[in-house]
Amino acid sequence: MQLDAKIPEGPLSEKWDRRRFENRLVNPANKRKYEILVVGTGLAGASAAATLGELGYNVKAFCIQDSPRRAHSIAAQGGINAAKNYQNDGDSIFRLFYDTIKGGDFRSREANVYRLAQVSNNIIDQCVAQGVPFAREYGGTLANRSFGGAQVSRTFYARGQTGQQLLFGAYSAMMRQVAAGKVTLFPRREMMDLVVIDGKAKGIVCRNLVTGRLERYCGNAVVLATGGYGNTYFLSTNAMASNVTAAWRAYKRGAGFANPSFVQIHPTCIPVHGDYQSKLTLMSESLRNDGRVWVPKNSGETRDPVDIPEEDRDYYLERKYPSFGNLVPRDVASRNAKEVCDQGRGVGETGLAVYLDFRDAITRDGHDVIMRKYGNLFHMYEKITAQDPSCRPMMIYPAVHYTMGGLWVDYNLMSTVPGLFVLGEANFSDHGANRLGASALMQGLADGYFVLPYTICDYLAETGYNMHDTNHDAYTVAEEHVVQHIDALMKNRAAGKKGLQTVDDLHRRLGRILWDHCGMARNRDGLARALALIPELRQEFWDRVTVPGSGQELNQALERAGRVADFMEFAEIMVQDALAREESCGCHLREESQTEEHEALRDDANYAHVAVFEYKGEGKEAALHKEPLVFENVTPTQRSYK
Amino acid sequence: MAAKIISLNLKVWRQNGPDKKGALENYRLENISIDMSFLEMIDVLNEKLTVEGKEPVAFDHDCREGICGMCGAVVDGIAHGPEKETTLCQLHMRHFQDGQTLTIEPFRAKAFPVIKDLVVDRSSLDIIIQAGGFISVNTGSAPDANGIPVPQHKAEQAMDAAACIGCGACVAACPNAAAMLFVSAKISQLALLPQGAPEREKRALSMVQAMDKEGFGNCTNERECEAVCPKGISIRNIARLNREFLRASLLSDEQG
Ligand SMILES: Cc1cc2nc3c(=O)[nH]c(=O)nc-3n(C[C@H](O)[C@H](O)[C@H](O)COP(=O)(O)OP(=O)(O)OC[C@H]3O[C@@H](n4cnc5c(N)ncnc54)[C@H](O)[C@@H]3O)c2cc1C
Ligand code: FES
Repeated sequence: MQLDAKIPEGPLSEKWDRRRFENRLVNPANKRKYEILVVGTGLAGASAAATLGELGYNVKAFCIQDSPRRAHSIAAQGGINAAKNYQNDGDSIFRLFYDTIKGGDFRSREANVYRLAQVSNNIIDQCVAQGVPFAREYGGTLANRSFGGAQVSRTFYARGQTGQQLLFGAYSAMMRQVAAGKVTLFPRREMMDLVVIDGKAKGIVCRNLVTGRLERYCGNAVVLATGGYGNTYFLSTNAMASNVTAAWRAYKRGAGFANPSFVQIHPTCIPVHGDYQSKLTLMSESLRNDGRVWVPKNSGETRDPVDIPEEDRDYYLERKYPSFGNLVPRDVASRNAKEVCDQGRGVGETGLAVYLDFRDAITRDGHDVIMRKYGNLFHMYEKITAQDPSCRPMMIYPAVHYTMGGLWVDYNLMSTVPGLFVLGEANFSDHGANRLGASALMQGLADGYFVLPYTICDYLAETGYNMHDTNHDAYTVAEEHVVQHIDALMKNRAAGKKGLQTVDDLHRRLGRILWDHCGMARNRDGLARALALIPELRQEFWDRVTVPGSGQELNQALERAGRVADFMEFAEIMVQDALAREESCGCHLREESQTEEHEALRDDANYAHVAVFEYKGEGKEAALHKEPLVFENVTPTQRSYK
Repeated sequence: MAAKIISLNLKVWRQNGPDKKGALENYRLENISIDMSFLEMIDVLNEKLTVEGKEPVAFDHDCREGICGMCGAVVDGIAHGPEKETTLCQLHMRHFQDGQTLTIEPFRAKAFPVIKDLVVDRSSLDIIIQAGGFISVNTGSAPDANGIPVPQHKAEQAMDAAACIGCGACVAACPNAAAMLFVSAKISQLALLPQGAPEREKRALSMVQAMDKEGFGNCTNERECEAVCPKGISIRNIARLNREFLRASLLSDEQG
């Protein structure tokens, strides 16, 4: 596997310009002869589909939900970063770049992150022009808030519904292209395989989720914007349908998978409260702007939190990190929550929670101001827990939230399969070992609106617009493969086997293994144990899973089974990656590699690289390749938020 | 304190396909924790049905956070169930009594054909958006974001309308199966913002036309839509839509 990142020559700030100049262009009159398949219509996919349509390409857009407007991006609460420096507080493109690369603990490419910071400002312009109702100051200019890992105020937001509003912007732009006949929508479709012909991505096989029929689609290029794989852990803040399937099937067709073990565990989620629980709910990190995190000083505290006096409270983030306080990056906040709970100072019924307290903010700013900022979050919290955070502190605990790992892409967002481009959370590109708050929305929209439309052009100009049709053998082979996979999932029940288990039961067990051994803190023994347990569980899955109904109809159990089957395989490279990386960086804490104060200790001499896995065939071990990371404009330092 | 565990009798609409006949079926569920969400309660039912060798109930859902608008069913005659401003996925079992009987049916409307059990086809809402629920600005052609100042109260009002999640509960609750609340929310958002001004008339006319064409009914001021809306979208938006439509009709007459 060749890993050429194709980073343009020249000074950092000129690289993107240079690439845009070097790229071949497609003659405007020829654009309409090209067909592009965009899988996924979250922020990344919808913005790409809309822009490609505007440019004149023919786009087919696919998503699992009944409407593109429902993609998981909709759930993003807190905001989106940009280097506008509207607050005049010292922000700049370089600072946003620096914060992002430092936040990622120096495990991402300088050139990609710099470009992200450069286009961040265009995103805000575009979204405002589309009618995204961002928060405003009295004078009518845009308002900003600060977010974890930054000391400037650069986050744009629309109440606690920023993802929703940005997605509606991208969705509307895409719908405009649907009306114009340039984009065709295929909702309730799940991509089941990638079709590769002569080494190039040329099409996909989908399952129509309503009829169960398999459908073939061909194009000149395939764009995956299928989101992250946090649901591998069963419980996460991701939407129920978030999956690794599209990425995993592409991996099996030759796309390298980068840094699969880099999983962000978000510090502020509503704690787990029962076995029946189907997902975890995030409470936006923006709450840490005004909420203070604490636990009782002593273990065994039994008083109600509102009765615990100041001197018996430990505001541990403020104490340990005086300059960032409650706004330390997510990985630091999560690990510290785990640490105080491990010390027996956790709160709530399970002892696996810490307080997030708004008492002082309400005293300072008044109830109204705080409610205007966080009203909908307080509301959501109260619905779930029946407690009002304006009267008593919230209880929070870390939960799996975001995956920095993803399909490997070069600077042009192309994977190791020519013609297969990967955008948004599905790629690995910009966040290194830890993502800063409000930068996933930025990256998804940067990829879709401003990067891919330029870079795909070069590939299309090179390969031309001729296409194979879907009668090509490669489609038949891919489709047969999918049929066999579905049959295998249904066979246990059809055979009338006894003692079968449901998909969710098996998935829950996979999640447990990963949370215990490949979660917030990892060590050699635990990871080795997980590597033994996962194949056993996978075998059990194939022997024991029960899937009701048939493949020729709407069958949600079958959909879930297919996704879980892929999680069961994928989990193995995730753990392998965590085991091979014998350093700590960002979200990846190897207990063997920490400072005396339990901070992550990087090992730049041996691990300043992207780890990329290559599929070697059924039952064979994946090959590990490395893309070295070179730092010419920043000096990797030990991160410190003290 | 009330028991943390309750039992329920469910009557659930089962329908095997768009052209099949449907009927309510009875199920008994024990040991439901009151901390569960309504959808988690249906998960429990489905696990039980699966283990018993039966077919689970099909229902749409995704975010389970009340934001994607994918979930929705009629519980005891009320779209999204009895809690005000709450989607089905955010409705928790603590609002129900031990031993209660609950009837669960799909959102019903001419424009929302049933696909299976509780799953309905709401693609007509997307078609209405295609008719004009956007601002025509190509990527790259936007001016600096602060070049378009928007008074704070206007931005807030626009945000109130933009909060619509497109779940379709308003349509299911309306005796005429009208989509006025949905359409008015989008029209209001864009009419309140300066960015929406250039296409204001065209938008109002074509979205209303698309709504009629998709088979949604007329508004007769029943206010049922507002009562069930999980996001508290106000019917003041419908008044604004009516004004926008009237204004657009007059202007387009004038301009011939
Ligand atoms: C609760 C929550 C809050 C967040 N808040 C913030 C925030 O405040 N700021 C921020 O920057 N980031 C935030 N994030 C992260 C951010 O929302 C996501 O990383 C981002 O939206 C991902 O966008 P995407 O377009 O890559 O993918 P998604 O939005 O996940 O979209 C994936 C798309 O792919 C489709 N798809 C998936 N698999 C298949 C398949 N096999 N076949 C066909 N289609 C498929 C889906 O239907 C969907 O359309 C948050 C995340 C969560 C969970
Ligand atoms: S599942 Fe998303 S709103 Fe209910």
